[in-house]
Amino acid sequence: MELHGEHRIAAPRPRVWEALNDPQVLRACIPGCESLTEDGPNAFAAIVQAKVGPVRAKFSGRVALSDIRPPEGYTITGEGTGGTAGMARMAANVSLEEDGEDTVLRYDLSADVGGKLAQIGSRLVTSTASKYARDFFSRFGDIVTGAVPLAAADAAENRRLSPV
Amino acid sequence: MVKNRYFGAPVTRNEDEVLLTGRAQFVDDVDLADLLHAAVLRSPHAHARIGAIDTARACARDGVVAVYTAADLGEFWRPAPLVVPPPPIEGLVFNQRTQFPLAKDKVRHLGEALALVVAESRYVAEDALGDIVVEFDPLPVAADLEKASAIASARVHEDVPGNIAATVHQRKGDYAATAREAARIIKRRFFYEHGMAQPMETRGVVAQWDERAERLCVWATTQAPTSLRNGLAALLGINEAQVRVIAPFVGGGFGAKLLMYYPEELLIPWAAIRLAGSIKWIEDRGEHFVATTHERGQIHDAEIALAEDGKILGIKDEFLHDTGAYNPYGLTVPINSQCSILGPYHVPSYDSAFTAVFTNKPIVAPYRGAGRQHGVFVIERLLDIAAREMGIDGTEIRRRNFIAAGAFPYRNEIMFQDFTELRYDSGDYAPILDRALERIDYRRFKQEEQPRLRAGGVRSGIGVVCYIEGTGIGPYEGARVQIQANGRVCVVTGIGTQGQGHYTSLAQIVADRLGVSVGDVDVITGDTDRFYWGAGTFASRGAVVAGNAVYQAAEAVHQKILRVAAEHFSCKEDELIVDGGEVSVAGKPDQRIELGTLATKANPMRGAVSPGTEPGLEATRYFGPESGTVASGVHAMIVEVDPETMMVSIKDYVVVHDCGTAINPLIVAGQIHGGVAQGIGNAFYEQLVFDDQGQLLNATLADYLLPTALDIPPMTLDHTVTASKTNPLGIKGVGEAGAIPVGALFAQALEDALDLPARGVEILEVPLSPSRLWELSRS
Repeated sequence: MELHGEHRIAAPRPRVWEALNDPQVLRACIPGCESLTEDGPNAFAAIVQAKVGPVRAKFSGRVALSDIRPPEGYTITGEGTGGTAGMARMAANVSLEEDGEDTVLRYDLSADVGGKLAQIGSRLVTSTASKYARDFFSRFGDIVTGAVPLAAADAAENRRLSPV
Repeated sequence: MVKNRYFGAPVTRNEDEVLLTGRAQFVDDVDLADLLHAAVLRSPHAHARIGAIDTARACARDGVVAVYTAADLGEFWRPAPLVVPPPPIEGLVFNQRTQFPLAKDKVRHLGEALALVVAESRYVAEDALGDIVVEFDPLPVAADLEKASAIASARVHEDVPGNIAATVHQRKGDYAATAREAARIIKRRFFYEHGMAQPMETRGVVAQWDERAERLCVWATTQAPTSLRNGLAALLGINEAQVRVIAPFVGGGFGAKLLMYYPEELLIPWAAIRLAGSIKWIEDRGEHFVATTHERGQIHDAEIALAEDGKILGIKDEFLHDTGAYNPYGLTVPINSQCSILGPYHVPSYDSAFTAVFTNKPIVAPYRGAGRQHGVFVIERLLDIAAREMGIDGTEIRRRNFIAAGAFPYRNEIMFQDFTELRYDSGDYAPILDRALERIDYRRFKQEEQPRLRAGGVRSGIGVVCYIEGTGIGPYEGARVQIQANGRVCVVTGIGTQGQGHYTSLAQIVADRLGVSVGDVDVITGDTDRFYWGAGTFASRGAVVAGNAVYQAAEAVHQKILRVAAEHFSCKEDELIVDGGEVSVAGKPDQRIELGTLATKANPMRGAVSPGTEPGLEATRYFGPESGTVASGVHAMIVEVDPETMMVSIKDYVVVHDCGTAINPLIVAGQIHGGVAQGIGNAFYEQLVFDDQGQLLNATLADYLLPTALDIPPMTLDHTVTASKTNPLGIKGVGEAGAIPVGALFAQALEDALDLPARGVEILEVPLSPSRLWELSRS
C-alpha cells in the first residue's frame, strides 16, 4: 500500500523540523499512541492501539528515524506486532519545503500489513491508513502552529483513537 | 432370484431424518467430562525465521493448562509422512518436503502453526495466544508462482533451488513429428488461480486418552479415518489397536479433509496423551482460510496441432503447478491435470511436462475435481479457439474428435494418479453430447433465440463443454455385512462419509441381495473400531470401491442364508425365496423363517457349528479394482450478461452425465447439483487473493465470495449409461463430475455472450468475476 500527501503548515521550516524530531510531539500526533520512549539514537519503542475494521489490537514495536537531512526531511520507519492480530510495517519519506512564511510537508508512505489485519481488514486497510496519516499531520500542524497546546494534545485521553 | 427393488431406484435418504432434525453427531457435538480446549497460534508471516518464542505470560494465565511449541515436542517433532508417493514415471523428480506439527526455526506460509495452547475454555486459550511473543525475522517471500520457479527466487526450502517440488514429463506418440504434419497449430497461455473448499463444517479434532485402558480415541473430521489411525499409531509409537479414530457425520469434505496429517490432527492426540485427558479443537472460519489446504494455481503453455478437418493430431503442454509450502499429497493434483487434458478425445500424440513449485503459500492438495478442472479448461479452450479459427462449430469439432464407441477400452499410454496406465474402461460420448444439445435446444438458440436477443440488445451466450472424470481408483475397500438377531442388517465399512448418502446407497445394494427393506439396513462408516481396514473417501471412489465390497459381502451372506435355510427346511437351495425379511420355500406358504431367527440358528448356544463354516449370517469382503473407471459428461449453459455490471445470469443449465449404472438417481442428482454449485463458485465468484508478501487479502466469507442459492440455477439433468468394466456393479463415481468443467463452460459462454473474440479478446483464465470481465471486455 502506498500513500502520498502534502500539508501546508503555517510555521517556519526550522520550527516544523524541530517538532518533527520531538518525541513528545510525535507521541501526541500518532493516533492511538500509548507510549513512545526514546531508547537509542533516533530510535524509539512504541506502543500503539490500532483498529482496522473489526480488528482492534495493541501494537508494540519500534520507530526509527533515518536519512536525517535537517531541516529538509528524514525517513521514518515503524514496525510492530499486534499479537494474534498480525503485524504492520511502514516507511515514510518526509520532506519539508519553505514556501514564504509557511512550510510544505510532503510524505510518501508505504505500508504492509500481515496476518489477521490483512486477512480481515484488507478492504479497509488503505482507507484506515490514509485516515491515520491525515490525523497525524493535522494534529502535527495544530501543535506546530500552536493552535492546540502540546500538553493538551499529549494528554492521554486525547491520544485515543478517533473513530475511523 | 434377486429382484432389483432398491438398486437404481430414487430412494429417499436414510440419514436425512437425523441430519434434518439436528440429531446427527458431528465432531463439535462430542462432549466429554473435563474436556479441555485448544487454540493454535499461527504465523502472520508467509516466510520468516523464528527467533525466541516467549510463552511465559501465556502459561501464567488463569485457566491455561499447557502451552506447547516445537521445542516441547521432542521425538514427535518431525516432518509428516508423505501421504501419496509420486507415481513410478520414468525421469520423474520429486523433492519431498512435508509439513511439521509445529514450525521450528522457520515459517513457510501464512497460518503455519507455531504453538498450541490448551486451556479450560476456548476463550482462555484464544486470549493466551495473545500472550505469546514470537520474534520473527521476515525473509523474502516466494509468493508468485512464475517468479518462484525462477532459479534466483527466494527459496521456500533453503536446499531446493528454483523451488522445484517435482518435474514430470509424460509422452504419448511423437508430438514433434505430428506437429509437422499439422494444418494448424494453436498456442495459448492459460491461468487457473487459487480457490479452496468451504465446507459448512470446518475441521475439528477431539482426542481422549484413557489412562486405564491405555487407549486413544480421536473424533476427527477426516475423510480417511483408517489412514489417520495408522499414522497416529506410528507417529505416537503406540499400537494401532490402541487408537480408535471416529469420523462421525462430517459436514462436507471435498478433499479439504482428506488425510494429510494436518498439524492439529497430530497435536491434539499427542497433547491428550501427555495431559492424560480430553482436548477439543474446532477450526474457526478465519483459521480455515490459512490452515486448511488450498487448490488450483497453475499456468499452462499449451498448443494443439490439428488436421484440416479439425481432428486433433497432438497436444503439447507445459505447466507450472503451485504446490504451496509443502507437498504431503504428492503429485495427485498436477497428474490429474496432465491426464484430464486428453478429455474424451482421440489424441494421437501428447507431450506434457510440468514443474510443481514450492511457494510461501498454504499447502495445495486435492479439492473436488483435484486438478481435473485445469486440464479440462485447457483442452476445451483450445478446441473453442480451434473451432473459431477453422470455421467449425464448437460442438462439431468435439464430436469429430470423440473416441469412437468401439474403441474401448481405450489406452492413453500415460500414467494416471493411481499408478496404472490412464485407460478408459468404457464410454460412449456422442450420445451424451447429442442429448445435451437436444436438452438445451442448441440449434434453436443459435439460429433463432440468440439473433433475436442480440437484436434486442441482450448479451446472451451459450456454452457446451465435454469432460471425462477418472473415478473409483484403488487400492481397495472392505465391508462386513451381518444379519442381526432382530432381523436388521448391519453394514460396516472403513470409508468415512461427508454427506454423500452412503447410509442409503450402500443400504440399497444390500437390501436387494438380502430381500429386506432399505430402511432395515444400518450402515456404519468411519469408525476404526468397527472396521479395521480401508483407504478413505476421495477421488469419487466411495460408491465404486466400498459399494462393490458391500455387494460382494451381501452376496456371500445371501449364500449363507441359502445354505442355513436349506438345512433348516431340508430342501434344496434353489427352492428358497429370500424376500420380505424372511426365507420361505417356494410353493409351501407355511414354511418360512424370519432372517433374524435364522441368524440366531446360525449361532447356536448348544451343538456345534459344522467344521468349515462360520457362526452367524455374516461375511466380510474386500474389493480392489484393477484400475479406475472413467465417467464422462457434457455441461451446457445459456447465460445473459448485464453489460453495465457484467453480472451473469444463468438462464439454462443442462448436465448429461454417464456414471455407469446409477445406484440412486436422487443421490447422483444431489452430487451433480452440489458439484455444479462449487463449479460456479470456482468459475465466477471464488478466488483467494494473495499479495506479493504471501498475505491472503480476502480471508473472510464477506470477501471470498461463495455463490448463494440465488446464484445457482435450476438444472436439467439427464443420464446415459455405459456400465463400468472394472467392477461387478458396473458403477462409476460421480462425486466430482459437477464441478469439473464449469470454468471452461463459463469462459465459452461469456465469450459468446459478449462477442469477445470478434474484438480480439479471449478468456484464458479462471476464476472470472464481474470486474475481471469488465477489464477483459475493455482490453
